Amino acid sequence: MSGPVLSARGLRKSYGDRVVLDGIDLDIHQHDVVCLIGSSGSGKSTLLRCLDLLEQIDDGVIELDGREVSDPHVDPRAVRREIGMVFQAYNLFPHLSVLDNCTLAPVRVHGTDRDEAESRSRELLTRFGLGDKASAHPDQLSGGQQQRAALVRALCTGPRVLLLDEITAALDPELVGEVLEMVRAEARAGMTMVLATHEMAFAREVATRVCFLDRGRILEQGPPEQLLTNPGEERTRQFLRRVLPS
Amino acid sequence: MTVFVLVVLVWVVTSSAGWPRFHETFLSWPDAKKAFPDIARGFWTNVKMFLIAEPIILVIGILVAITRSTVSPWLTPLRGAAVLYTDLLRGVPTLLVVVLLALGVPALRLTGLTTSLFWLTLVALVLSYGAYVAEVVRSGIESIHPSQIASAQALALSRPQTMRHVVLPQALRRVAPPLLNDFVSLQKDTALVSAVGVSEALFAAQDYGNFNFNYTPLLVAGAFFVAITIPLARFTDWLGRRALRRQRG
Ligand SMILES: Nc1ncnc2c1ncn2[C@@H]1O[C@H](COP(=O)(O)OP(=O)(O)OP(=O)(O)O)[C@@H](O)[C@H]1O
Ligand SMILES: [Mg+2]
Repeated sequence: MSGPVLSARGLRKSYGDRVVLDGIDLDIHQHDVVCLIGSSGSGKSTLLRCLDLLEQIDDGVIELDGREVSDPHVDPRAVRREIGMVFQAYNLFPHLSVLDNCTLAPVRVHGTDRDEAESRSRELLTRFGLGDKASAHPDQLSGGQQQRAALVRALCTGPRVLLLDEITAALDPELVGEVLEMVRAEARAGMTMVLATHEMAFAREVATRVCFLDRGRILEQGPPEQLLTNPGEERTRQFLRRVLPS
Repeated sequence: MTVFVLVVLVWVVTSSAGWPRFHETFLSWPDAKKAFPDIARGFWTNVKMFLIAEPIILVIGILVAITRSTVSPWLTPLRGAAVLYTDLLRGVPTLLVVVLLALGVPALRLTGLTTSLFWLTLVALVLSYGAYVAEVVRSGIESIHPSQIASAQALALSRPQTMRHVVLPQALRRVAPPLLNDFVSLQKDTALVSAVGVSEALFAAQDYGNFNFNYTPLLVAGAFFVAITIPLARFTDWLGRRALRRQRG
């Protein structure tokens, strides 16, 4: 078996005096679906942003395919080309149609021919039930459709890893399902993913590994059936008691 | 009610002691007709100035606003210059800039620099309005949600690409109404150049007044400006409403 696709070693990050990530070690192998859980403020979003080099880290190393990319001499854009990321909200560019949202990066960053980028985008949009929305603008879409379009946009560049930061957290409950269904399909298709989520049932279903973050540390990690039902740490148990319906 | 107020107002004004004299010097139809061709010629200068200045102002405003929103440490001196420019030219009255350039530059007797008052005062208007427009555009740039920039970065767009394809198009759409408002005001302010003797509409009207002791042409000049600024203002409103409708989808 080859080494991890993406990994963090001794990752530290603070905002001013506030230490937000405190010695994170994380390996993400191909086809892994890693779910980050933990209470609000535990550092899930910050960890994802650091992995995408959207934040400057204070200490530690991030490696992509065994190559250190947290080095200041590495162009972060070269790394982000290989990684797709979707945020909680305001992902899509409202002045562009769904199709133009999808083709922007392939055409401008990856140098893909426009016709080719468009046909690939349309194909992906159709696969995820958005075929008829290609020329619509984001504000004509429901929240669920918007997040699905954002996911399609992230897939259009053919990323090695997908980072998803609570992509259903801002949605009405009845719209969560359609977005999770799409993530589930990608997981089944073997996409490597790291996702921060509050949806414990979903984490149990799709995760190959669950990491519990607590005050900037990965307090424990393991397969979902073990970590979510029989955690080793008292704090994990407390957290799960709070979020799981008993 | 409005009609009643208007009637009372007209009655008060026309029954005032100075009304006959006012009527003679400000509302004389023959003088209006006589001054009309000169004012019309002058007004063409105002329109020319406006049409030339507007696109240049827009370009300068956008460039200065972009410069101010850069973050690279290499560009710190340029950012400083942009801040100084906007602070200074927004603080100084436009009329002062017009007079300074029109009188100051020819006094320097620099070879190669134009001494045409038309162009010097045009540059003054461009400099002054460029600073206003830069601030309007900057407020638009700063109103863009940080997630939009994060999304663009996550797609591996470079900073210039993010500005060009994501931030600026949204920012300009958002500030289009105040920008157009500034342009209406620019059309009006082209009259400021009369202060240094550029023969535009207001200058022609004053000129006539000083020779003939009749100031009706001032109202004629006013009518010319209103004939342009009112449609411009309605157009601005219409654009604003359309933008709102579009946003609501
Ligand atoms: N740009 C920032 N400046 C200062 N502090 C920040 C910044 N971003 C995050 N923080 C702080 O870092 C801590 C971790 O934030 P983070 O967003 O990573 O948590 P999270 O686990 O994603 O929480 P949530 O579940 O609410 O999304 C929080 O205490 C937050 O206040
Ligand atoms: Mg978060």
